Amino acid sequence: MATRIKFQQNLDELKERLLVMAGMAEQAIQRSIEAYNTRDMNLCELVFRSEPAINRLEREIDQLALDLLAMEQPMAVDLRFILSVIRINADLERVGDQGVNIAVRVREMGAFANIDLPVDIPKLASLSSAMIRRALQAFIEADAEMAETVLKLDDQVDEMNDAAFHALSSLIKEKPDLTPQSLNALIISRNLERVGDHATNIAEDVIFWVRGADVRHYSSSAQG
Amino acid sequence: MGVGILVEHLNAWYGTTHTLQDINLHIPANHATALIGPSGCGKSTFVRCLNRMHETNPIARAEGTVKMGDVDIYKDASPVEIRRRVGMVFQRPNPFPTMSIYDNVISGLKLNGFRNRRVLDETVERSLKSAALWDEVKDDLKKKSGASLSGGQQQRMCIARAIAVDPEVLLMDEPASALDPVSTSKIEDLIFQLKSQYTIVIVTHNMQQAARVAENTGFFLNGKMVEFDSTHKIFTNPSDKRTEDYITGRFG
Repeated sequence: MATRIKFQQNLDELKERLLVMAGMAEQAIQRSIEAYNTRDMNLCELVFRSEPAINRLEREIDQLALDLLAMEQPMAVDLRFILSVIRINADLERVGDQGVNIAVRVREMGAFANIDLPVDIPKLASLSSAMIRRALQAFIEADAEMAETVLKLDDQVDEMNDAAFHALSSLIKEKPDLTPQSLNALIISRNLERVGDHATNIAEDVIFWVRGADVRHYSSSAQG
Repeated sequence: MGVGILVEHLNAWYGTTHTLQDINLHIPANHATALIGPSGCGKSTFVRCLNRMHETNPIARAEGTVKMGDVDIYKDASPVEIRRRVGMVFQRPNPFPTMSIYDNVISGLKLNGFRNRRVLDETVERSLKSAALWDEVKDDLKKKSGASLSGGQQQRMCIARAIAVDPEVLLMDEPASALDPVSTSKIEDLIFQLKSQYTIVIVTHNMQQAARVAENTGFFLNGKMVEFDSTHKIFTNPSDKRTEDYITGRFG
């Protein structure tokens, strides 16, 4: 016989709302990158307009999680799940913010000619978005092994961001008149690198929920 | 000071019912250890084996080894001696209703033949202070009966009575389940303070209480001890699926 039916329904609702939040955050990144590719300022507007809804949902999810902690006093896997949801919620809100930041840069770039820059923003965006999607799939399936594969992708994103930094720094030295476009592209690259970091955090939270193991900062502490 | 308890291959029966099956564990000295599990799982039988109360039931018997420090309580000591070394507090406060607060506290000592008035006075004060009840009752020690106190006060008086004989181990069988939240938190504070002097074993159905007061927790199910580990591990990431199902309320 199933027990704690109401509690289980509330946990399911928490999961569903977090997935709605994830969809909105992912969409903000997709639209801002599409705006970068096409210089479509209408897409930037859509990203700006979606932010209040993401923020509102973040508060609702936190409130639901807080209610469950206070009213149901969860233990073990349930406690770890709710703690993970609270953290993932904050990361998704930050992913949405990165979408807004990218859209702000794209809007600035719209005032300049659309030139070829030595940075593959679409590829970087594709990689960091794939990290987010895989971390969320791991969350949906409670799959810690899948979450582990996300952690490995973060190095690639970091390397691409570093390469963009060096290439764009050189370009600014060589062609100072391209400084505004280069700086905006550099910031977008940095924003996407941060999206990868948030995906890493989400993956670590999935591992914590499923296995009860805290793997945060493992690689950085292992390196000393 | 408290002593550690080593339990090896402990089995207990009520008639033909095998209520405890091969229990093995080490309860460290001067720690609080919580025992959790559904009703009828054997946790109360287990604590009653630790002071040889189980065998007071004519159809009950126990086998195995229970060592308190170096003393094997089933071989090296009489039940009376063991119960002096092991105090017990029950679910419902059980004051002697016709006795004053003072006489309730020293009843165990009197039973053991202590008559020196100065020693008895000192013991009453020390025990009631340890049980965090002294300030509330010091003016009425001999005027009020133990039964006239509130439920929470009565339970603290019973704790004072248990520690008045200077035991090494305190067994508590759901000591706060009949109390309001304020009295409950007083008992929990008391457990926290008392474990520096005594080894405490507490049976509780309140999982949050186990998490709050005990360093180690054992989970009993159907007469067996499924898991024994640090309370932190049991309540955040238990090793056994049955423990997890129980503490998350998914039994049944």
